[in-house]
Amino acid sequence: MDFDWLFFAEVTLAALGNSALLALTGLAFVLIYKATRVVNLAIGEMLMVGAYLFFSFTAGLGLPPWGAILLAVVGGALLGATIERAVIRPMLGEAAISVFMVTIGVGSVLIGLTEIIWGAEPTALPDFMGKAPIFIGDAYVSRKVVIGFSVAAAVIAVFLLAFRFWRGGIALRATASDQAAAYSCGINVPAVFSLAWMFAGAAAAGAGILVGAVGGIAPTMGVFGLSALVVVIVGGLDSIAGALIGGVLVGLLEAWCGTYLGGEYKMLATFGLLMLVLLVRPYGLFGTVEIERL
Amino acid sequence: MTDTILDVRNIEVVYNTTVQVLRGLSLSVPRGQVVALLGSNGAGKSTTLKAISNLLDLEDGAVTAGAITFDGASVAGERPHALVRRGLFHVMEGRRIFEDLTVEENLTAATFALSGRGGPIPSFDTVYDYFPRLHERRTGRAGYLSGGEQQMLAIGRALIAQPKLILLDEPSLGLSPKLVEEIFTIIARINRERGVSMLLVEQNAAVAMAVAHTGYIMETGKVVIDGPVEKLMKDQDVREFYLGVAGEGAEKSYRDVKHYKRRKRWLS
Repeated sequence: MDFDWLFFAEVTLAALGNSALLALTGLAFVLIYKATRVVNLAIGEMLMVGAYLFFSFTAGLGLPPWGAILLAVVGGALLGATIERAVIRPMLGEAAISVFMVTIGVGSVLIGLTEIIWGAEPTALPDFMGKAPIFIGDAYVSRKVVIGFSVAAAVIAVFLLAFRFWRGGIALRATASDQAAAYSCGINVPAVFSLAWMFAGAAAAGAGILVGAVGGIAPTMGVFGLSALVVVIVGGLDSIAGALIGGVLVGLLEAWCGTYLGGEYKMLATFGLLMLVLLVRPYGLFGTVEIERL
Repeated sequence: MTDTILDVRNIEVVYNTTVQVLRGLSLSVPRGQVVALLGSNGAGKSTTLKAISNLLDLEDGAVTAGAITFDGASVAGERPHALVRRGLFHVMEGRRIFEDLTVEENLTAATFALSGRGGPIPSFDTVYDYFPRLHERRTGRAGYLSGGEQQMLAIGRALIAQPKLILLDEPSLGLSPKLVEEIFTIIARINRERGVSMLLVEQNAAVAMAVAHTGYIMETGKVVIDGPVEKLMKDQDVREFYLGVAGEGAEKSYRDVKHYKRRKRWLS
């Protein structure tokens, strides 16, 4: 039997689009975890709110897409800052599990608010990317997937570079490494926390717009965050590069299994990968293994 | 009072609202001088430094009485990073370098201490001049430095911050005698060449006295004796309990030490 390489290529390219979105959501998660050691389970809901904000600005207020994207991303950043200031900072110093539970609560509240404001019905985002298909070689790729992939890849690259070379990125890593020592170097630690949440909120909102553009929006679209959680655990909770690689791995695996084995094997494969990685590398593929000098 | 950079008056510190660690401690650091704060384990030396730099909050501690004045203004209610930017740098116990960052990034992190001062960021060469070994390893991860190099980096961060006062917590911790000597020589040089005042907490009294101008000795949360180092060196009790030398100057064998017989005079 002949293997249909063209079909395989198309499935893979489409999967890469999904991978990039997973990686972008994973990035939002990693940013928060790296700076504040908070496992933020509300990331999927922050993503959803971002998509709804975009929906309001375009369909509701009739703004041009680029303006709506900008406003939605800013709105996502504000949402992140608000959550941090109002809910997370008072929990500073509490047990990690308490903070973790609080973020689950925040997620539920966001879903509830969304249903009150926008209703529970799924809707489609107005088309803002155009429909003309793109061909890479002979393989057909949807325009949305190409745009989604490029944007997500660019954003991740910017964050990677910023963490390495920008002074603020160093402050963020310093804070992640040792809070008291960061204070003693004159770093404004609470401001770093706010900043991390703002960047994460912005990244999540951007991911939300892209996810919504491909699959439509609904108050339940936050479950996308669950896949992103797998991504960051596979990649390492505190590694941006890990989110990138993890996103690609999970995205490809999901698509291949879904296409060749059937949709019901998607979850099996993803969580199988998760277990495998955790067994071999408990810190994730690229997570920081604590340096211990004796 | 213009020549006093740091003044601590009768402070009391309570951890977790239950455990009292400092009981009416007072000390002062004259501008440009090195002051040693000595004492045994659990006397409250590190707590004193954290009270001054306002890092107590992170450990559920609070100053419940007394006043701390740095450079003419109270430190009460100041955020720790704001104090650093005012020129009070705390080199914490156990070095506390950022292990995942490179040596250079560690120094870059310290440049945040200069925010709001408007001056130029000093070249890292000032640090490398004092500690050439850090230059060799500037692009390596700080977590892989040796203990001595990590201490050098911790002091290097303080240099970048261009402080008026450095609080040094046990720079000799876990280092070989040779390295301790090297580090303290440089500490003395920094004080001499840059005029930075220092409050130095040490268990190793002999080496601390060698660089300090004034000394305070504390036990169970308060100062029991203080004065110029020359005076302390002559004090019988200090010699015996902190420097480990007997009256005639001969080293005492541990076998002969009978703490239960000889009571410290200041406690009676």
